[in-house]
Amino acid sequence: MKRHIPVIALCSVLVVGLFLPLALGLSPPGFWFEVLLGGLMAGVLYSLVALGFVLIFKASGVFNFAQGAMVLFAALAVARLAERMPLWAAILVAIVIMIVLAMVIERVVLRPLVNQEGVALLMATLGVTYFLDGFGQTVWGSDIYAIELGIAREPVMVLDGIFQGGILINRDDVAAAVVAVLLVSVLALFFQKTATGRALRAVADDHQAAQSIGIPLNRIWVIVWSVAGIVAIVAGVIWGGKLGVQFSISLVALKALPVVILGGFTSVPGAIVGGLIIGVGEKMAEVFLGPPLVKAFDLAGGGIENWFAYVLALLFLLVRPEGLFGERHIDRV
Amino acid sequence: MLYRENGQFKSTYRADQQMLPVLQDRVFMLALVAFAFVVVPFFASNYLFLSMLIPFLILALAAIGLNLLVGYCGQISIGHAAFMAVGAYAAYNLVLRVPAMNFLVVLVLAGLIAAAVGMLFGIPSLRIKGLYLAVATLAAQFFIDWIFARVKWFTDYSHSGSVSTAPVELFGWRIDTPAEKYLFLLAVLIVFTVLAKNLVRGHIGRAWMATRDMDVAAEVIGIRPVYAKLSAFAVSSFYCGVAGALWGFIHLGSWEPLAFNLTLSLNLLFMIIIGGMGSILGSYFGAAFIVVLPILLNQIPQWLGVPISTSTASHLEFMIFGALIVLFLIVEPHGLARLWAIGKEKLRLWPFPH
Repeated sequence: MKRHIPVIALCSVLVVGLFLPLALGLSPPGFWFEVLLGGLMAGVLYSLVALGFVLIFKASGVFNFAQGAMVLFAALAVARLAERMPLWAAILVAIVIMIVLAMVIERVVLRPLVNQEGVALLMATLGVTYFLDGFGQTVWGSDIYAIELGIAREPVMVLDGIFQGGILINRDDVAAAVVAVLLVSVLALFFQKTATGRALRAVADDHQAAQSIGIPLNRIWVIVWSVAGIVAIVAGVIWGGKLGVQFSISLVALKALPVVILGGFTSVPGAIVGGLIIGVGEKMAEVFLGPPLVKAFDLAGGGIENWFAYVLALLFLLVRPEGLFGERHIDRV
Repeated sequence: MLYRENGQFKSTYRADQQMLPVLQDRVFMLALVAFAFVVVPFFASNYLFLSMLIPFLILALAAIGLNLLVGYCGQISIGHAAFMAVGAYAAYNLVLRVPAMNFLVVLVLAGLIAAAVGMLFGIPSLRIKGLYLAVATLAAQFFIDWIFARVKWFTDYSHSGSVSTAPVELFGWRIDTPAEKYLFLLAVLIVFTVLAKNLVRGHIGRAWMATRDMDVAAEVIGIRPVYAKLSAFAVSSFYCGVAGALWGFIHLGSWEPLAFNLTLSLNLLFMIIIGGMGSILGSYFGAAFIVVLPILLNQIPQWLGVPISTSTASHLEFMIFGALIVLFLIVEPHGLARLWAIGKEKLRLWPFPH
């Protein structure tokens, strides 16, 4: 029980901080709710990227720094292919491309580095990141591209009766949330109900034991990197449809790192919850904590959301290194 | 034939413990230093100084700093450009607020301030390692970036947030031509290289290496992990702080808030992966590689008569860096420094095969 106290304290601070603007009357409830929703939507995107991390980490113990680059690559592929064919066909072709990419990564990067320590693999995925960033922009071009999802742009007014002035919701945000929920459900089914999913969980649990009962490690890795690639396509399409496809996606996707720290490296629900916490947290901090900070310290503008996620993850590392839902196994020195 | 240690007997402890035990190594090193000090300033063009030699010298210093932490102590950091930023802004403010201060004192103080900040962000390393530490240092990178971009005091309330410095003056010597900058940097780098080399040979360096190889065993034989890790963070950030101050004052002259961003951090990491982790010499190789490759990539297509656009060249650069990192991790995890060592071994036997 004693070890939970700091975590509980930290979480209560977060919860109190969430409702404080409302309690202090700093904002009308409608506006607060809009900020909350905006944060949740950003959180869904972080969750999707973090999901890719968690899948790969669970199955191969590799900390995949390249997930952000994969999202960018997938989004670029879909955006450019969609110029020549319908969107669904572009996504299908992109899926094939990501599967080929997974095979190449497994063959060229992972297999020669098998049994290396985690840090070497982390650096290798850094190399993959750079390669994919350069390769993607050489092949697909480096301008800003749009992905047309065919969803009406103008926001919808909802809850007019409850809040004064109602709340504006973007339809593509709702679609993104629905797709994310669907994706997670499909993944959960895949992991729990299929033979391949069982093999994946076995590999995640114990590489050697899995190998000894005849599960082919190499094929499992290809599968899991392909699944991560498909998750990257989903994240990239949603993200690109919202903000346009450009290089900065690769950087924003780095935010998935604090998300997995928060949620736990090995937990799919952790990735979702962590993403939502960080999405809401940083939007709330930017909107409600930023202006007072700027005023108090005479700063040259806000931008708290650039570091909020990382510093929150740092605090969590200090009090609970395994994350909210992770397995409690960590090398202490 | 020429490179042989036969007949060189060590009869004193001093002789046994010197930095370069082989006579030919000493001669080569002296010749190299003499060449760098005397010959290069006469023959190098301003372009060579400004675009290659000066960045190389400063980045080599920063790479040594990062190598002390990652290569020798085994603690990964992807936020070391942030400590360079701390050094640069500390030096800027010291010069601004105490104009009479000697630049060498400024450098050391800037390094010490960077060391203090580095230790602060190194504290998580006492509980976590590897991947987790990577995220903790990433937090340092983004947080420090933000601090210097937003807190006006650090940039002396300049409107754009960028700062500019006057040419450095040292004991009445005004360092403003490229050749003078080069000589000054070379002298600084040599001093810090010798310091680092001795540090890693001594008990501190051995404590770091023991911690890197197996932390539990290190603790069992009486090494305090707290001291080992925090001292590695401190020394490493000190080096990067000094390098950052030099980068700002000597190389850039004036810089924007995001001059020390994540890309620079990753480049530092690539330098030590390609050059060789756990090797001072490797830091030099890596820095040279990272400085020269982009320039070559811009030049070679022109020589071949197939000009490529700058954006294509920069994408190619990304691809080549990425591919090389993977290649080095697979084929030669100890980097160019290891290739150099293999070459030396071969040279000892040459012209015989065994």
